[in-house]
Amino acid sequence: MIHDAQLMAELAAQPTAKPVLANVSRRGILGGAGALVLALSLRDARADEGQTAEQKAQKFGADGMPHGWRDDPKIFVSIAPDGTVTVTNHRSDMGQGVRTSVALTVADELEADWPKVKVVQAWGDEERFGNQDTDGSRSLRHFFQHFRHAGAAARLMLIEAAAKQWGVPASEVTASNHTLTHAKSKRSLGYGAVAQAASELPVPTNVTLKNPKDFRYIGIGKIGPIDNFDITTGRAVYGLDTKLDGMLYAVVARPAVYGGKVKSFDDSEAKKVAGVVKIFKIDGGEIPSEFMPLGGVAVVAKNTWAALKARDALKITWDDGPNAGYDTDVFRKELEAAARKPGKVVRNQGDVDGAMAKAKTKVEAEYFVPHLVQAPMEPPAAVARVKDGFCEAWACTQGPQAANDRLMKALKLPDDKVKVNVTLLGGGFGRKSKPDYVVEAALCSQAVDGAPVKLAWTREDDIHHGYYHTISVEHLEAGLDEKGMPVAWLHRSVAPTIGSIFAPDPKHELPFELGMGLVNTPFNLPNARMENPEAAAHVRIGWFRSVSNIPHAFAIQSFVSELAHAAGRDPKEYLLDLIGPARKIDPTSIGDVWNHGEDPKLYPIDTGRLRGVIEAVAKGAGWGREMPKGRGLGIAGHYSFVTYTAVAAEVEVDDKGQVKVHAIDIAVDCGPQVNPERIRSQMEGAVVMGMGLALTSEITFKQGRAQQNNFDGYEIIRIDAAPKVVRVHLVPTGSYDGPLGGVGEPGVPPVAPAIANAVFAATGRRVRQLPIRDQLSV
Amino acid sequence: MIKLTVNGAARSFDGDPDMPLLWYLRDELGLTGTKFGCGVSLCGACTIHLGGAATRACITPISAAADQEVVTIEGLSPDGNHPVQVAWRDLNVAQCGYCQCGQIMQAAALLKDTPKPSDQDIDDTMSGNICRCGTYPRIRAAIHQAAGQTAPAGKGERL
Repeated sequence: MIHDAQLMAELAAQPTAKPVLANVSRRGILGGAGALVLALSLRDARADEGQTAEQKAQKFGADGMPHGWRDDPKIFVSIAPDGTVTVTNHRSDMGQGVRTSVALTVADELEADWPKVKVVQAWGDEERFGNQDTDGSRSLRHFFQHFRHAGAAARLMLIEAAAKQWGVPASEVTASNHTLTHAKSKRSLGYGAVAQAASELPVPTNVTLKNPKDFRYIGIGKIGPIDNFDITTGRAVYGLDTKLDGMLYAVVARPAVYGGKVKSFDDSEAKKVAGVVKIFKIDGGEIPSEFMPLGGVAVVAKNTWAALKARDALKITWDDGPNAGYDTDVFRKELEAAARKPGKVVRNQGDVDGAMAKAKTKVEAEYFVPHLVQAPMEPPAAVARVKDGFCEAWACTQGPQAANDRLMKALKLPDDKVKVNVTLLGGGFGRKSKPDYVVEAALCSQAVDGAPVKLAWTREDDIHHGYYHTISVEHLEAGLDEKGMPVAWLHRSVAPTIGSIFAPDPKHELPFELGMGLVNTPFNLPNARMENPEAAAHVRIGWFRSVSNIPHAFAIQSFVSELAHAAGRDPKEYLLDLIGPARKIDPTSIGDVWNHGEDPKLYPIDTGRLRGVIEAVAKGAGWGREMPKGRGLGIAGHYSFVTYTAVAAEVEVDDKGQVKVHAIDIAVDCGPQVNPERIRSQMEGAVVMGMGLALTSEITFKQGRAQQNNFDGYEIIRIDAAPKVVRVHLVPTGSYDGPLGGVGEPGVPPVAPAIANAVFAATGRRVRQLPIRDQLSV
Repeated sequence: MIKLTVNGAARSFDGDPDMPLLWYLRDELGLTGTKFGCGVSLCGACTIHLGGAATRACITPISAAADQEVVTIEGLSPDGNHPVQVAWRDLNVAQCGYCQCGQIMQAAALLKDTPKPSDQDIDDTMSGNICRCGTYPRIRAAIHQAAGQTAPAGKGERL
């Protein structure tokens, strides 16, 4: 999930170009201290082997992100005289547990005692903290090593300070569990006693990290979420919970159709509602609206209830604009028509047409995935105060710097006159990467002369005015040889692109969308061609947890199961044969120039690891066992966010065609594991979210308007539908000095195809469109 | 003037009697542990105890709470150690945590009425509370733990 607007616009204008990551500001790297130079040189030495000059200029990982990274302990670590360690976390926590994982990483290298560790949340300031876009399953992947460095450097500074105080060589002082010890003289000190002196020392340039065998917290999984107590007692503060003195409350009536505008409005009834303070029009600007507000009519009142009542009483005449005809039933047919004709070739290997013509049998199938909306339990919300030429905001945002930049644009304020504080996020899933709601809050505050305003979105607002998951048709064809293995593979993917919120009317998926499981399909295929026919966007398209991996994995992993059936073979064995032997594939060799922004040398696609997770779930689920009538096992594996995941689903389809998921095995190989406890919870959650999009969730449009309103029409999984058994298999690989994979998103993609494949195993009926809902009852 | 008790303290309100208890608690009293999720009683994030019964604050006008006792998550236990809260922490149920106050209030009411709930009891009572993070397997296990029961077969394999 790259979402730097300028980058996206460039990509949209030049969709076949290599990502322009090399153009991104390098200020992040230049601003740090000595320890960071060491880390940088190690990284570069490793990455530069055998690269062309062009590749050397390309930056990967956190280096390639806007503002890069920092590892200065003076930014991230402070220690009070009483020994309390406070770690500053600059990544947004939306349930993935990053506040805990960052703190425990620093604490481990610092040799801190966990009960004495606190975490504070950084405000949006990438110049100071490094990149803060919390999406793309990147936080630990990009910052784990840097936080290790920050913790280790702080430990060395404490040692140095103690050594000075005692007048002994630093090499004779050890730091362990919040205590500094000079064994020879049997003296010891707590961290707090030398914290002040340590803070005045220069940050060391030669930092030795702990040996991973000595880790106390990293990789152990014994530490619960650091906000556990606050969460379970109602003290935790989310975006909707900020309270300031004199605060007012606002809601906005937005255009029902993307690109719609207010023609006129009558607020005479609305003004009569007791507590209403101000009603005013917000101009939405031209589409694409990027991260800026859609426009509409705002109501500011003395409490949320008054604002809601007054909004209901508004009489607004809308100009619906160019998307008033958007109808997803009609649009699906357009996508299907596009998918049945040749489109822009995005990967071409061998001679697909020739091999297809000579194939013994041919299999063809089309898969459909509808729009979805993230629907975090906390809808978008923000508090802002725009007073005396200064804007301060408090928001549940995944991208505080992005919010900061949009506030500067909307309010015409310089950077030093804007500050965005980050609260806890009541879920994010990609929605809260787009700060339109933060700007709305600021515009409301501005309209009431600087009184702080809390801007709330209702659930209907969230569902009607989302940044929706795309809508897609995936068309696959395979020519099989006499053994039933593909000699030709054709995959056409048609879906409106996320680039459409940044640039006018792009028609093709961007490299990062193509690289989410389309072009980088890691199968052993002699002849393969991937195409991307054109599709236009008629709503705001945005990131939804795991993004384009959802339709790509659903189609590919379902199709593999279909091919196995055509070949009369076991789906798991067939899938493993198609993946082929364990090997490392350079993603650029199969048309993936993006590779999740990671160095292809450090992050090749390792088919052995993909095989490993598939074998793990097969073993966990007892693959091959006899199933009762009406029950089936399905399997799927997928590579995303440089992590490998697989799911085996056990489902039952009753005589009314209702699907019950009894058990899920999910395996993940994300490389070294920082906090296994939270990796498990992320996988458990991904299972439920994947089940929702597989079974019940769908957003449809008529006349440009979303047809669902709330959790009745937009159904997501509830506890009665959740599987009674979820087994998470953590497949460990790699050293803690090596590259990490993502965790937040990769669990989602294999869930839906595993369920669809299990439905086929149970019933012999193939589901090719999501959600399954009542398709099997007819 | 509407009089009511919130977490043991006497309160009075002379605003719009139609105002949902949710917005009264949050905007007027600053008790933000009671969450907004849907506004129409579909998600359970706003669950409180009204007269001892689990109630959706988002559709309950404050007038309906007149002369009654309201307990929110902030008042569930004096020290945050209600057995349900303890179990929630033991099993690290929360991910984002936003819905969990409502889940905990619903679960506490369930255990008051049904001290040893079956999986079916849990499904029946808790299916009005949505968790978008998907913490359901741990919610189920935590309710069993709070009830002093070992989780039925299948749960242990996960944790």
